[in-house]
Amino acid sequence: MAAILELRAVKAFYGQSEVLHGIDLAVEEAGMTVLLGANGAGKTTTLRAICGMVRSEGEIAFGGRRLERCSTEQIAGFGVAHVPEGRGTFIGLTVEENLRIGGYAAAGRPDEKMQLMYGYFPILAQRRRQQAGALSGGEQQMLAIARALMMSPRLLVLDEPSFGLAPRIVEAIFGIVERIRREQRVSVLLVEQNASLALEMADRAYLLETGYVVTSGSAKALADDPQIRRSYLGY
Amino acid sequence: MHQLLQQIFSGLAAGAVYASLALALVMIYRATDLVNFAQGEMAMFSTYIAWTLVDAGLPFWAAFVITLAVSFVGGMAIERIVIRPVENAPILTAVVVTIGLLLIFNATAGWIYSYTLQEFPSPFPDRTLFGALMTTRDVGVIVVTLVMLAALFCFFRFTATGLAMRAAAQNPESARLCGVRVGRMLALGWGFAAAIGAVAGIMVAPVLFLDPNMMGGVLLYAFTGALLGGITSPVGAVIGGLIVGVTENLVGTYLIASQLKLTVALILIIIVLVFRPNGLFGTAVVRRV
Amino acid sequence: MAETFPVDGTAKMAMGRKSATAIAVWRWAGTAALIAVAVVSPFTLSNYHVFELTQVMIYAIAVLGLNILTGYNGQISLGHGGFYAAGAYTAAILMHRYGVPYWATLLPAALVCFALGVLFGLPALRFEGPYLALVTLAMAVAMPQLLKYFDNWTGGKQGLVLVKPMPPPELGIDRDRWLYFFVLLVLLIAIRVATNLLNGRNGRAFVAIRDHPIAAAAMGINTARYKTLAFGTSTLFTGVAGALAAIVIGFVAPESFTLFLSLSFLIGSAVGGIATIGGAIVGGFFIEFVPNFANDISDAAPWAIYGLTMLLFMYVMPRGVVGTFGPWLAHALQQFGSARRAAK
Repeated sequence: MAAILELRAVKAFYGQSEVLHGIDLAVEEAGMTVLLGANGAGKTTTLRAICGMVRSEGEIAFGGRRLERCSTEQIAGFGVAHVPEGRGTFIGLTVEENLRIGGYAAAGRPDEKMQLMYGYFPILAQRRRQQAGALSGGEQQMLAIARALMMSPRLLVLDEPSFGLAPRIVEAIFGIVERIRREQRVSVLLVEQNASLALEMADRAYLLETGYVVTSGSAKALADDPQIRRSYLGY
Repeated sequence: MHQLLQQIFSGLAAGAVYASLALALVMIYRATDLVNFAQGEMAMFSTYIAWTLVDAGLPFWAAFVITLAVSFVGGMAIERIVIRPVENAPILTAVVVTIGLLLIFNATAGWIYSYTLQEFPSPFPDRTLFGALMTTRDVGVIVVTLVMLAALFCFFRFTATGLAMRAAAQNPESARLCGVRVGRMLALGWGFAAAIGAVAGIMVAPVLFLDPNMMGGVLLYAFTGALLGGITSPVGAVIGGLIVGVTENLVGTYLIASQLKLTVALILIIIVLVFRPNGLFGTAVVRRV
Repeated sequence: MAETFPVDGTAKMAMGRKSATAIAVWRWAGTAALIAVAVVSPFTLSNYHVFELTQVMIYAIAVLGLNILTGYNGQISLGHGGFYAAGAYTAAILMHRYGVPYWATLLPAALVCFALGVLFGLPALRFEGPYLALVTLAMAVAMPQLLKYFDNWTGGKQGLVLVKPMPPPELGIDRDRWLYFFVLLVLLIAIRVATNLLNGRNGRAFVAIRDHPIAAAAMGINTARYKTLAFGTSTLFTGVAGALAAIVIGFVAPESFTLFLSLSFLIGSAVGGIATIGGAIVGGFFIEFVPNFANDISDAAPWAIYGLTMLLFMYVMPRGVVGTFGPWLAHALQQFGSARRAAK
């Protein structure tokens, strides 16, 4: 299958420090790739490099387009929807306004898309006029994903969506993401600490350690390899 | 009692002017975390533009609208050209840049128009209403201000660009991820602030007489009003401005004449701030450690 | 968006002992050279220029006060013109009404302004950022009005005319040069005191509070005490500068101490480098000379030139002259030192 996103020899820098040392990565069209690794491995930095939020070198190709020289806003306009660490919710805006701003740069009528989102996440419909800051963690995560989907993206980038959430809610959210992937044919790049659940869903997996890709392959292969499981994933 | 009501009403009219300039200050503060010391001088310069147009024969309201448009564009240009280079610099650097702007506008106006006081036409007839309780001029100022506030409210609440500006001010990084051109939103914010300032200047000029130093005192009161209301709250700015206007008038009438009026008013407001250090409607910045 | 300004000590630590000693030697040599120039120049310049340089030094002391508070402790002040006025009038009233000799007015001015600063610093503890700016602004605005109001003490709008001090006859120099050296002495003392303060415990506490007040408090730093101390120390310096101004100019009037003076101090601080000591001297030069220079360029709109110059400095050196060149110079010296050692 063709890759919708490809990274080649990508390095990233915070100031003078090089934190990613030439990584290669691919996300297949309508597929799901998961990035695993311990804290500080460079997972979030990789996502930020893709979206033009940190200084980077190397090749980043999305749907045939090169992203390296583009601004974050432009990359969003190309169809990359990034749900950052901590969700990035606009806490001062209502739920409905959060969705609306998600659809700001995208073509298409926002009202129809919002109905679609309410279909995927009924709880948001109930809370549509409430301040987003008043929502629970799980609800905010759903809102963040919905906001990203309002962009009608081709690639959904999720940074630790399970963070701070109860297991039941995490399963529900991942279930919805999987459903969206199948129905809307959106590709997904997922960063997760919760390795077991992520590896069940994904097609490909990459393991990062201090800025290097140490292992990559199909998600199933990584999940089955006992040595990797024990050393890196702790089970 | 009659005098009290009179003073309250004319205080509200002055307060409407302070409220407008305070709103401009808050807009810029929310977007760029910066107090724009040059806001008053920019408003003064806009007022001179209006005066030039009227002097050239344009009807008042035509000059008003054109001035607003020119100020809007001018404000955007200033953000782009003057402020953008220091947007990532320490705050004090940006503050000094606005002080520099203040001087440039003031001196340029003085150079072009000289420092003699000019009369500025008022579009409102000079009559009193309700048995000398209020003047038509005061009512006119208040009505214009209310119309402007209503228009702004509708813009920010109901349009896509208004929403984008609010989002960009609250959380610029998330806004970028949604495809919002945050830089452009900042420029728009400065444009709106400049236009609002122009309204304030045009409303106050008939009373204070137009000269390059006209807005100095107004800026001080507007700054006070913005802080009293809460520097992060537009509603607070308006209410704060109105309160400052009324307070200034009442203090001037009943407590102390001209000279120390400003000091007393400031002290009263600072006392309020001691109890509400973030202003009446401001939100404390909760910083996560 | 918090910006950090390195305190001298951390830069030294990062470079290793040998480099640190080399830098200390260079610094000592540089300072000695500057002092030599300062001592010699009044004899090569006209009276008017000597007077201007004296004013530069007075402004430098005032800006140094502001640097302590705003640069090192992070509390903004728009009101230092008011404290400058307080110092000036304390000295003026003592000399005018009570015949106190000029050199004896410095200590009372310092104490009065320290007390004022502490008094201000206490309620200031409740305020941050623009709110603190407003409270200090009130000081700047109120001062001229209060000075006009209490006119039997202050001489009201007309102000007070003072007798300029006579130089001791044994030295054989004229009044302008004597005052120059007097102020130079006070400036050197002020710099010494500020250096000791800021490089010591108190300075580190100030900076810790500026950069991360919560962590500072969690480490046991009494934030309230140090913030108030910073305020009082800062106003002490600026007040002494004001007293010197009264002595040197021989005249005080409310109109000399407007809000614009407070803004000038802020500008001098930013242009020099707000969290530096040397920057205060650069700031003093800027405040004194650039308005005159602007006048020379355009007498139609000199303040516009002043404003443009300010903008230029802020664009090119956002951290001020010393704030930009200081680290660069230190870095260059270190490279130079290690290149020499490598070549041996």
